[in-house]
Amino acid sequence: MTTEALGWWGVPLAIAAGTLRGSAPFLFVSLGECLTEKSGKINLGLEGTLLTGAMSAYAISYLTGSPWLGVLVAGLAGMVLGFIHAWLSQQPRVNDVAVGIAMIIFGSGIAFFFGKSFIQPSAPQLPTIDLGTWSSISAIQSALKISPLFLIGVAIAPLMQWFFKSTRWGLFIRAVGDSPDAAKAMGISINKVRMICIIAGSCLAGIGGAYLSLYYPGSWNERISSGQGLMAVALVIFARWNPVQCLYASLLFGGAQAIGPALQSVGINSYYYLFNASPYILTLLIMIITCSPKRTLTGAPGALGQ
Amino acid sequence: MINRRNWRGIEAICIPVAALFFSLLLFGIFCALAGANPFAVYASIYKAAFGSWRSFQNSLLRAAPLMLSSLCTALPARLGLVIIGNEGALVVGGLGAVAAGLALSTAPPTIVQIAMALAGIICGGLWIGAVGALRHYRAVNETISSLLLNYIAIALLNHLVGGPMRDPSSLNKPSSYPIADINMIGSIPGTRVHYGLIYGLIACAIAYFLIQRTTFGFAARTAGGNIRAARIAGLPVGKLTMAICFLAGSCAGLAGMVEVAAVHGRANESLNANYGYGGILVAFIARHNPLAASLVAILLGGILASGGILQRAHNLPDATVLVFQGLVFLVVLYSESLYGRLPIFKEREPGKGTDSLPPIPNPQAPIPS
Repeated sequence: MTTEALGWWGVPLAIAAGTLRGSAPFLFVSLGECLTEKSGKINLGLEGTLLTGAMSAYAISYLTGSPWLGVLVAGLAGMVLGFIHAWLSQQPRVNDVAVGIAMIIFGSGIAFFFGKSFIQPSAPQLPTIDLGTWSSISAIQSALKISPLFLIGVAIAPLMQWFFKSTRWGLFIRAVGDSPDAAKAMGISINKVRMICIIAGSCLAGIGGAYLSLYYPGSWNERISSGQGLMAVALVIFARWNPVQCLYASLLFGGAQAIGPALQSVGINSYYYLFNASPYILTLLIMIITCSPKRTLTGAPGALGQ
Repeated sequence: MINRRNWRGIEAICIPVAALFFSLLLFGIFCALAGANPFAVYASIYKAAFGSWRSFQNSLLRAAPLMLSSLCTALPARLGLVIIGNEGALVVGGLGAVAAGLALSTAPPTIVQIAMALAGIICGGLWIGAVGALRHYRAVNETISSLLLNYIAIALLNHLVGGPMRDPSSLNKPSSYPIADINMIGSIPGTRVHYGLIYGLIACAIAYFLIQRTTFGFAARTAGGNIRAARIAGLPVGKLTMAICFLAGSCAGLAGMVEVAAVHGRANESLNANYGYGGILVAFIARHNPLAASLVAILLGGILASGGILQRAHNLPDATVLVFQGLVFLVVLYSESLYGRLPIFKEREPGKGTDSLPPIPNPQAPIPS
């Protein structure tokens, strides 16, 4: 192992590298969830979307040889699942959390069903941008390999922030999420706005899935997502429904996720699994500290989940 | 004469049945698109699930943990809480049961079995009870905290069976030390079905009685209906929340104990076999009614039991069962929105939601104070 040559310095380096590599799926799903929740709906089914995205991206990349086409198809697959969620969750008396759980089962079922035959072959991966060529240490070189998809995600975050704050459409979405009655009075079609937001959010989550299978860890199997799509809901709460903070939160989660493997590489593996659970423990602790029965969370859309 | 309540009852049966048929239809189309003959697939699902006494026993085996874990979602739903931490509570309950079984390995078997059940109940109960406490004291969203706890429980399981509780002889699949055969809960005489099924049926019956026929259940349903009204009426909403959550978790914990003490004999990653997520599905299809949950669990147990035969006889991936479950779940959820909307059931009172089963107020029940 190259990290062993660096000794203990390998640990922070591995965590930094893991942050750069592992946070992109969190980023895409949390931005997608943020957009969805801003319109007042919750989509718990992004786990299924992430898996379907990962599977379809891998399959298309393998079949056509073009990973970018795979990313595109992953986004489209996400939109299809998003449409189902949007349509169902807007029926009267249908709870969107329940639809989300159903979509997790359905989405992962679809992904595993069609992905069965793609577990073995290896598909062309997304290209990387190498920022570490100045260094002679191979660990640093590989740590500074960055996926363009990650950079796209980083760019979307402030863009989405600006979109919510300064555009007409952003205002519509916030109005629908905060007070559907007021939005209705403004003449906005609540159904349409929510439909578009959920579909666009699912599209982002699908692209996050493509990142998983086409860049990091860069293979397709049934254990690829390990709950990252489910974490999106918690992440968005943690980020207070703010896209730029979603970026910071994703970096934090990506880093937390990398602690276990990083420590394992220097020979500490007695608490490996517990360190792997650190993103979940972290979220729970943050929620316990920041929530309070006295007030609602700052930034929460007023009509969330209603 | 058919009065309003009868119509409601007919509607409450017709809609889920129609939903099941419609999901079968959708699944058939899916199978046909995937290149299998849908009728042959239905036939093998039926054969593998309910066709013979032998296969029915297989379904019942799978139904036991599903029944118990479905209560983990169904009970809190009466309070308006959406809890999806079944998997975590099941895993923790299983771990507790193994710990108790190993610690008391020299005691008489009956004592060990009772201790294992209690340990499962208490561990699972505290696990989801914590969710209720967080909900009440810190206003932490119960869906998300219970979801996070699932992952933490699985990490805990992997940590314990991979480290402190590991049996060195378990090479490929890290496992805890096994529970002695004599301490396992056996099968119902004359069958291969273990006593876990009885636990499940009893738990469902108790849960039904508790919710529908006791003051406690009445208070819970009141608080679930309108929390502000419940507070004004002086109901201890916080205590109710935690008590219901504890009971819910203890059911899932018992499911974990059953899996450990009747099936695997030890704790390992097989505990994390998605019975928790199946339980959520059962609870929603049964519309959070514990009695209906026991029937739905047998149905879903049958579907799960047919997974293998789909793979062998029709060359379909094992995830086919997952697609089927997902379709059923989606269609059943959609069918919720049909209550009171279909013209043939129009005799009933218009515009009144039936989110959960019609609460039948018990005239004998004293007004809780």
